Amino acid sequence: MSSSTTSTTTISTAGPPSRRNTELAMLAFAVLIPVFAYANVGLALSDEMPSGMLSYGLGLGLLAGVGHIVVRKFAPYADPLLLPLATLLNGLGLVLIWRLDQSERLARAAEAQGFVYGASAPNQLMYSAMGVAFFVGVLMLLKDHRILQRYTYISMAGALILLVMPVFFPAKFGARIWVTVGSFSIQPAEFAKIVIAVFFAGYLMVKRDALALASRRFMGLYLPRGRDLGPILVVWAMSILILVFETDLGTSLLFFGMFVVMLYVATERTSWIVFGLLMSAVGAVGVATFEPHVQQRVDAWLDPFAVFETGQGTEQIAQALMAFGSGGVMGTGLGQGNSDLIGFAANSDFILATVGEELGLAGTMAILLLYGLIVERGVRTALAARDPFGKLLAIGLSAAFGIQVFVVAGGVMGLIPLTGMTMPFLAYGGSSVLANWALIAILIKISDTARRPAPAPAPSPDAEMTQVVRP
Amino acid sequence: MSELTLTVMRLGFLAVLWLFVIVAVQVIRSDLFGTRVTQRGSRRGGSDRTPQRQQAAAPQQRQQQPSGRGAGRQRRGAPTKLVVSEGTLTGTTVALQGQTISLGRAHDSTIVLDDDYASSRHARIYPDRDGQWIVEDLGSTNGTYLERTRLTTPTPIPLGAPIRIGKTVIELRK
Repeated sequence: MSSSTTSTTTISTAGPPSRRNTELAMLAFAVLIPVFAYANVGLALSDEMPSGMLSYGLGLGLLAGVGHIVVRKFAPYADPLLLPLATLLNGLGLVLIWRLDQSERLARAAEAQGFVYGASAPNQLMYSAMGVAFFVGVLMLLKDHRILQRYTYISMAGALILLVMPVFFPAKFGARIWVTVGSFSIQPAEFAKIVIAVFFAGYLMVKRDALALASRRFMGLYLPRGRDLGPILVVWAMSILILVFETDLGTSLLFFGMFVVMLYVATERTSWIVFGLLMSAVGAVGVATFEPHVQQRVDAWLDPFAVFETGQGTEQIAQALMAFGSGGVMGTGLGQGNSDLIGFAANSDFILATVGEELGLAGTMAILLLYGLIVERGVRTALAARDPFGKLLAIGLSAAFGIQVFVVAGGVMGLIPLTGMTMPFLAYGGSSVLANWALIAILIKISDTARRPAPAPAPSPDAEMTQVVRP
Repeated sequence: MSELTLTVMRLGFLAVLWLFVIVAVQVIRSDLFGTRVTQRGSRRGGSDRTPQRQQAAAPQQRQQQPSGRGAGRQRRGAPTKLVVSEGTLTGTTVALQGQTISLGRAHDSTIVLDDDYASSRHARIYPDRDGQWIVEDLGSTNGTYLERTRLTTPTPIPLGAPIRIGKTVIELRK
């Protein structure tokens, strides 16, 4: 009956291309999941539905709705998944922070150290609102992402200022990553990662031919010329300086990693990855030998349980590892774990340990997949983008996002030494939430341009004058 | 709260979380291509296939036949579908709904041609303002042929006239 050369497929155009209704449905789903989680925490902790559930759900729904309407208006062809994924992570973060707010153990520990223990969840909800306002602002003001290309070198200066600023402010919790004005403090590195992606994209777009083509082949690797090594050396030196003066391993790893990824994407030369890995290994080991703060972090990573014998250092990592372990595969259930034993920074740097204990391996995998999907949509946007600047910017922003998740998750799980960074959207912290909403907004703007259907063929003016040759 | 309720909620929450991930992946899947490819039912496929096999058996005859038939029918009705009648995609149809159809090896084409003789953006077929379907060669290497003529300008397509791109032949049908 059927012959092998005959296919029986029909190709038809798939629906309306904008996919905004898909986004709305996903967004509704993404708001309902945190509401479910909120109810679950309330029932587990106090046997009753939590009182703030309605206002909290409405607040998150309102933020999501505002974001959706603005995307519909200003980026109608944007990727349908970025906004729901970010909303879900932000909502789950709010629930986890609220859950840790209820912990009497954390309250006692804070009071013992002389702090006033205040609830963090209302602040985080306010930061989320500011983040969505940022998101809306970027979508409305940034008409076309290619405008950013004009500010290549201004963003370099801006990023340098943002990165250097914390040096002049007192160290907080062992790392100089804060700028404190009065009672208000921000982490400029979170914003710097967006600004510096703009600079890298603009710079590499212009220089990539020189970096890709002028090279010699040696043992299967393309060795770049000595003078082309300049930029990577400069960025490397900058990362080392951040590491030495701000004692911040995360930020320096983030910037160097982002640059190497963008260099690789721009030039398609594997040798840059090899050089990058070698240089970061040399840099990290070199600094770790003489910088005491970094040394402490490495020691705590190599032997996290030594703290129980010597009584020195922090037991955060050990408690985080035990949280992951006691979570098992299915977790203890929301509100029923003891991840608050981590103590300080349980709701910011270490929030993934709460996920690991209360949702178990299954939940942690799901959360990591949600991050992975955001990165995937970013890479997909870069593939679809038609202009090289947009491609590089999208890949740089998604690489920064992915590296940040890896650095934080790896640190909390004991895979790499712990760094003072926050899990995007999930963790408590204003700068992080604001900067990541802006990052998502830029990705949405690029994907809108990339997915916009090509304009219909214009009727050519001489079509009527030319005689059409008919066979 | 009873142990049972909490266990059900715990597992339910994990299930809901994973459901979101799975739905998101489904959205990505439907998002991968600009076109939807569906398998036709065996009943319709069977009736469609018979004439095609005859065409494949006598290509010479087929190529001459439609040119006479096409000129007469063109006035009576607009074509409703585009059919691939030769090449690896034989039997594939595209519904004509006023959209531009792009052909070529590029992965985002409406009809992706797996053919070394086709260019990545080979040709496109689109309706002009009167609803007449036009084929335009997009500067391809080996050219696009309408019947036996290599295209130099956007040309209206008579119903049933074979358009040849590399090893692939397509035509418009009612």
